[in-house]
Amino acid sequence: MIAGFAESFLQALAAGLLAGAIYGLMCVGLALIFGVMRVINFAHGDFMMLGMYAAWYLLTATGIQAVFGGIVGPFVAIALATPLLVLFGWLVHRTLIARVTGRRTAQLEGEGHYAQLILTLGIALILQNGGQIVFGSVLVSIRTPLSSSAWEIGPLWGDLVSIFVNKARVAAALVSVATMVLLALLIARTALGRSLRAAADNPEAATYMGIDVDRAYRVAFGLGAGITSVAGGLLALNYPFQPHIGLEYVIVMYAGVVLGGMGSIVGAFWGGMTIGLVQQLSILVLPTQLQNAAIFVVFLLIVFLRPQGLFGRLTERT
Amino acid sequence: MTKAPAIRSLAPVLLFAAAYAVIAVVVTNSYYQLMLTLVLLWACFGLSWNLLSGYTGLVSFGHAAFFGIGAYTAALGQIHLDLSPWLLIPAAGVFGGLAGLLIGVPTFRLRSHYFALAMLAYPLALYYVFEWLGYQEVTLPMKRENAAAYMQFADPRIYTLLALALLVGVVLLTLLIERSRFGMALLAIKQNEAAAEAAGIDTLAWKLRAIALSGAVAGAVGAFYAVVQLVVTPVAVFGMLVSAQALTVTMFGGVGTVWGPVIGAATLIPVAEILHAELGARFPGIQGVIYGMAIVVVILLAPEGIFWKVRDFLRRRRPAEATPLPQAAPAPAPAAPARSDRAGAVILEVRGLSRSFGGLRAVQDVSFAVREGEILGIIGPNGAGKTTAFNLLNGFLRPDAGEVLLDGRDMVGRKPHVLCRAGVGRTFQVMRPFARMTVADNVVVGAYVRAASDAEARMLADDAIARVGLTAVAGRLAAELTTRELRLMELARALAGRPRILLLDETLAGLGPAEAADVVAAIRRLAADGITIVIIEHTMHAMVRLVDRFVVLDHGAVLVEGAPETVTRDPRVIEAYLGRKWAAHAAG
Repeated sequence: MIAGFAESFLQALAAGLLAGAIYGLMCVGLALIFGVMRVINFAHGDFMMLGMYAAWYLLTATGIQAVFGGIVGPFVAIALATPLLVLFGWLVHRTLIARVTGRRTAQLEGEGHYAQLILTLGIALILQNGGQIVFGSVLVSIRTPLSSSAWEIGPLWGDLVSIFVNKARVAAALVSVATMVLLALLIARTALGRSLRAAADNPEAATYMGIDVDRAYRVAFGLGAGITSVAGGLLALNYPFQPHIGLEYVIVMYAGVVLGGMGSIVGAFWGGMTIGLVQQLSILVLPTQLQNAAIFVVFLLIVFLRPQGLFGRLTERT
Repeated sequence: MTKAPAIRSLAPVLLFAAAYAVIAVVVTNSYYQLMLTLVLLWACFGLSWNLLSGYTGLVSFGHAAFFGIGAYTAALGQIHLDLSPWLLIPAAGVFGGLAGLLIGVPTFRLRSHYFALAMLAYPLALYYVFEWLGYQEVTLPMKRENAAAYMQFADPRIYTLLALALLVGVVLLTLLIERSRFGMALLAIKQNEAAAEAAGIDTLAWKLRAIALSGAVAGAVGAFYAVVQLVVTPVAVFGMLVSAQALTVTMFGGVGTVWGPVIGAATLIPVAEILHAELGARFPGIQGVIYGMAIVVVILLAPEGIFWKVRDFLRRRRPAEATPLPQAAPAPAPAAPARSDRAGAVILEVRGLSRSFGGLRAVQDVSFAVREGEILGIIGPNGAGKTTAFNLLNGFLRPDAGEVLLDGRDMVGRKPHVLCRAGVGRTFQVMRPFARMTVADNVVVGAYVRAASDAEARMLADDAIARVGLTAVAGRLAAELTTRELRLMELARALAGRPRILLLDETLAGLGPAEAADVVAAIRRLAADGITIVIIEHTMHAMVRLVDRFVVLDHGAVLVEGAPETVTRDPRVIEAYLGRKWAAHAAG
């Protein structure tokens, strides 16, 4: 009895950590955009969907699979899809988002937000439905031989408890953490990272210091899209997807970003991790259908009890 | 208000309704008829969203929560209790309103982005709960006999007419609110919540009323939607697209106006539906793409919606006559009465007030008393804690220690609007005008705290505007005023609430000497009328001629207190302002 519970608990914990690592990366992409430019990007889930399809096409239609094989190939495809999404994000910002955000609208209270909210909502609609026209609505997935095999951990405690972890998910989690580390280094150590941080902290002062704030915004938007595209590709190793998948995950992303403290990038990773854990561990006590409801309940609790997020500090700009 | 404007705004509503009814009766194609019904329903839903988000500026991403609750009320009530929609639609309104209150009480603690995102979570959580409860697809039972009693009509035109009645009801409700103290309070909250609170508006109470009303309308619309569609699924009523729909039609048409959602729904819904019907088979999702593109284009060209764009365009077409030149000629300032004999009993007393922000002790152990009828100046260099002291006085901040006694009663922990009601008015260092409102409307907002009726509020406001000499520009938008006029307008807004004490935060900042003299004259007139005034300033210059007494703050503590002549010569004051060297210089 106890062993049985321990087993399902450990199994759920492992699943939560592995899912959480990917969710964390997703959230980081969104947090980068929000943190730097205070834009709520409704289309972020759909950017992720594009990243998934980009990786899928690269893998299946360009011969990457043949060259790199079934195990490494998907990761190469995901890596190659990233710059495409960075470019896409950069273009979307340059042509659309920049026209309603940035320094010109930084002064606007309240009403300035409307425009960007609805603009990204419009972009989301175009991407979702356009995706349906272009990609069709058949479920596809990036399969690797790893997706259907697992390591067995255990048996622990004699022969009673043993848990299984999917190899593809482990690999995805590792890649996700590595990406996160790379991004953290980029932000902490490079001139580009410095300009991002400066633009996030005080756009006006950054401008006076000779930092091109609008460029920093473009970079943040592109980078945010790219990061989330990596997370999407990793997710696709185990989950089939279709053009409307963005809608499911944009919620996870927002929950994670708020949990982590809006604007905090490292916090967003842990926020996403928390969401993954909550989602998987809730299986132990709740029916499966309520798994996602649990996310929202936790999300609401955090928002009320600690609006600055679990890991955030209060840096409300007034 | 007179009756003429009310009729002028009713006429277009009735015209629209009549025209729509004619179209509805003429159209026989049942598909187009359904579209006519849906346009009205989504317009109503947009209006419900507008009631909360359009007027208060708090964007809700979760209006599907109310809509879905309404839809399931109608469906489940008819299935399990065999009740008629005639009863269930009002019931759904009640449930929607209750849900609004339940959601509002905790969620209004959050601001801007946090509020918007928290709202997102409610319908999605409900979505999963209803799915789990086994309501994946609920079909309303058909009633062969007694169909009309169950709102089931063979002729789809009746649904359109019912929806039209609902829309007219909601439009009238919105118009009523827009013109009343309710609407004024919401607009004030949208423009500047802090200023609204300081003007005596109980912002939380009004926001709760707004969300309850908004939820009630959304609930009723959801119920009606269920009756029209006959099938209710979680995704169709709690889905993200439902919330987005409310937002989209309103923002497309125009935020914060009764016509916005109507224009938005009437444009977007048919476009989307027709595209879907024409091209849906070959390009699934084509309506979503076009819909998205329409939104993007409108946002880039008319970010606040079509209504405002057209209105601004029309306004530009007929200029001149609407904007008379300002001819503000304030009455000459009365000679300052002898100072010493004005001060009466202690009206406001501060004892041991302290407040820290992290390690910074912004205000420490500050005590002083304000006597009835005097003009007290609080001065001190930048960062001395003057504004913090005001924020503690009028309830924006809670002191860590100390008392604020108004007529001997401790007011610590009261909200700003309560203090305003008790007679403490204030203005702000950074001016907080309601930019989109006229001067008169700006001032009316401040008057409601003392007025029982709209008419009385107008009277108080007109009086306050006259007292500061702004009558000539009363009809202009606040955004068009000069700094001097804005300062005077803020003064009038605080005055309209008939305060006994007026806290003025750097009212002279940013004014040239001549303009400052104008404002000083206005303040003097108020003092002469018996209002006690506490004024903050960091320059002493204009103040010396104005105040009866100074309290000098430095590093959050009281440095000196006394008559202007003594304070300006005090070496400690000179040192605080100019540094030690100059203090020695002045002393020598």
